[in-house]
Amino acid sequence: MGDAEVIAGLPIVAASIAVVRRGTRVLDRIDLTIEPRSRTFILGANGAGKSMLLRVLHGLIAPDAGSVTWGRQTTRPVNQAMVFQRAVLLRRSAAGNVRHALALAGVRGSEARRRVDDALARVGLSGIADRPARVLSGGEQQRLALARASALEPEVLFLDEPTASLDPPATRAVEHIVSAIHARGTTIVMTTHSLGQAKRLADTVVFLDAGRVTECTDAAQFFAAPRSPEGRAFLEGERL
Amino acid sequence: MKRLVGGLVVVLGLLVATGAAAEQPFIVVASTTSTEQSGLFGHLLPAFTKDTGIEVRVVAVGTGQALDIGRRGDADVVFVHDKPAELKWLAEGNGVERYPVMYNDFVLIGPKSDPAHVAGGKDIAVAFEKIDKAKAPFVSRADKSGTYSAELRLWKDAGIDIAKAKGPWYRETGSGMGPALNTAAGMNAYILSDRGTWLNFKNRGDLGIVVQGDKRLFNQYGVMLVNPRKHPQVKKELGQKFIDWLVSPHGQQAIADYKINGRQLFFPNAGTDS
Amino acid sequence: MDTISQSFALALGMVAHLDPRLTQIVGLSIAISLTSTLCSAAIGLPLGAAVAIARFPGRGPVIVALNAAMGLPPVVVGLLVYLLLSRAGPLGEFGLLFTPTAMVIAQTILIVPIVAALARQIVEDAWVEYREQLRSLNASWRQSTATLLWDTRWSLLTVLLAGFGRAASEVGAVIIVGGNIDGVTRVMTTAIALETSKGDLALALGLGIVLLTLVMAVNVGVHLTRQWARVRFG
Repeated sequence: MGDAEVIAGLPIVAASIAVVRRGTRVLDRIDLTIEPRSRTFILGANGAGKSMLLRVLHGLIAPDAGSVTWGRQTTRPVNQAMVFQRAVLLRRSAAGNVRHALALAGVRGSEARRRVDDALARVGLSGIADRPARVLSGGEQQRLALARASALEPEVLFLDEPTASLDPPATRAVEHIVSAIHARGTTIVMTTHSLGQAKRLADTVVFLDAGRVTECTDAAQFFAAPRSPEGRAFLEGERL
Repeated sequence: MKRLVGGLVVVLGLLVATGAAAEQPFIVVASTTSTEQSGLFGHLLPAFTKDTGIEVRVVAVGTGQALDIGRRGDADVVFVHDKPAELKWLAEGNGVERYPVMYNDFVLIGPKSDPAHVAGGKDIAVAFEKIDKAKAPFVSRADKSGTYSAELRLWKDAGIDIAKAKGPWYRETGSGMGPALNTAAGMNAYILSDRGTWLNFKNRGDLGIVVQGDKRLFNQYGVMLVNPRKHPQVKKELGQKFIDWLVSPHGQQAIADYKINGRQLFFPNAGTDS
Repeated sequence: MDTISQSFALALGMVAHLDPRLTQIVGLSIAISLTSTLCSAAIGLPLGAAVAIARFPGRGPVIVALNAAMGLPPVVVGLLVYLLLSRAGPLGEFGLLFTPTAMVIAQTILIVPIVAALARQIVEDAWVEYREQLRSLNASWRQSTATLLWDTRWSLLTVLLAGFGRAASEVGAVIIVGGNIDGVTRVMTTAIALETSKGDLALALGLGIVLLTLVMAVNVGVHLTRQWARVRFG
């Protein structure tokens, strides 16, 4: 997965993070560590701050208090990628979208072509490489977004509820792809509404309640016996 | 993005190339609307180009603007019809020498209804007096043109201080001869025009010539080379060739040959003291 | 009414016989307006995109100024360019006055605000959609503007069309800096002005009909292109 020269941007350590919007603490005194090669899922009710936390960990939003470090770097490393709930694709072909992302990262020519072909093949989109990306189905678009992200060979992949708008078959396809990306050495940080998905994929669970981390623990442990009352209430509610 | 810039370079290059390709020698002549709109240049200039191979680019504006263009050095030759203004222009060092070329005359145009009762008269000063007395609608170019200067002189000859006497009946349009005639046709007003533009003018409405033939309606054209010592880039040899051609027997004959409906418009008088 | 029907007949006649003076004037009009549009695109598109994306103090006033400049009076621009390019002016040594190049310069100045202001609006809307993803992909300012400009290319085509329309239809600027010289700087609009001032209204209107048809044809072309693009690219 990367050169030996690449400075590892892991672990990601968030220290006393706070994000304030319109007077409310959307994220409040969060301490968190993302370990290399983990599959961390951020869970919580709507409005708990999951998406915000994801963006702070990715470095898209700077916290109003506290700090985030990536390995030993205090600025966001370049070899991370993010997939959003709705795939953000350009008015180009599927392959063109992947090529564009690689070009932004300085990868061109035959190396780029190789990575584009491999990435599309891994998500099963080789057949529609030349189709305009924006006419693809929702599931295909999300797989393309994943292909684009994986072509960059990121150290960390952030995913913000990537299957929330997809049907079960498309959801399963996305989950397989995420697992495959993880198997190749990428650290995964993901949010989801679906407990089933979290149970299937997570090895670490971070539980957010009203902007605060109430639990940060091994996934099996969380699902068997959540330690915090909020976590317990959340699982109870889901069971209903 | 690269493609856009590349395309731009190609287009600009084409434009420059077409500019360069048209590299027949040429001069820029600042002249008046009456010489162009009467059709004289359309007849005269091809003959000159045939004789000398020099293209003439005419910027046709009012006399005042033509002299200003010459003053700025944006033309090589000026060809206008306002002797006092031309002499002043020369005195200011803008040109080399003035050559009289040709004359035509002004005519007073008026509506069929003739509210001031001037039709058929031979005295322009009397006609102007009558118009002033009747407060009949009168359109003035009011634009520093040769025609306007002549109009002002005629008011003076009629003993009228037009600056004081003008009222709502006196409409100052600040425009060229053609547009002013359009306005006069639309308003059924009197207007002083050069005969050439009038003969070529198509939108006459109810207007016709009401007074002509007075010696004071004489309209002299002069041509001058822009001063190359003031503006070194002036094409003095080519410009002088144009002037020499205009006053030569060949050029003078070409001027006399120009007719509209069998009627001669301009009368060559080079070499006279006009 | 009589003049109008006469004009239609004149217009048809001129076009059918491919009157050489007409084709020369139409060709020059298209060349000048097209060149101005391309120059304005080269300047205005990156400018509009930059203002759309960048955040800097005074951004609000800049946007207001750009929008206001869309209404620059052509005759004023013509006069200013005339004074600049005149031999007596600062750029006189290039001898550009009374040439098609001067007309391109004047028209470009007129159209750049239109292209920039409208492009800014379009790019800003696209930026809202793409901002997070582009930042996630570590795109620089330059890369982001280029990406957005290419992505909104079909909408931008309409912007360029607006610019072309403005250029092809204005007369105030080109008549001053071009001098309406027969065969050199006479375009459709200045020819119409000349024929009107000569009182030949039927011919003037006939030329006007040809001009309108031309602009209409360009509009139809762009519209059809956008339809095709929408189907093809989504």
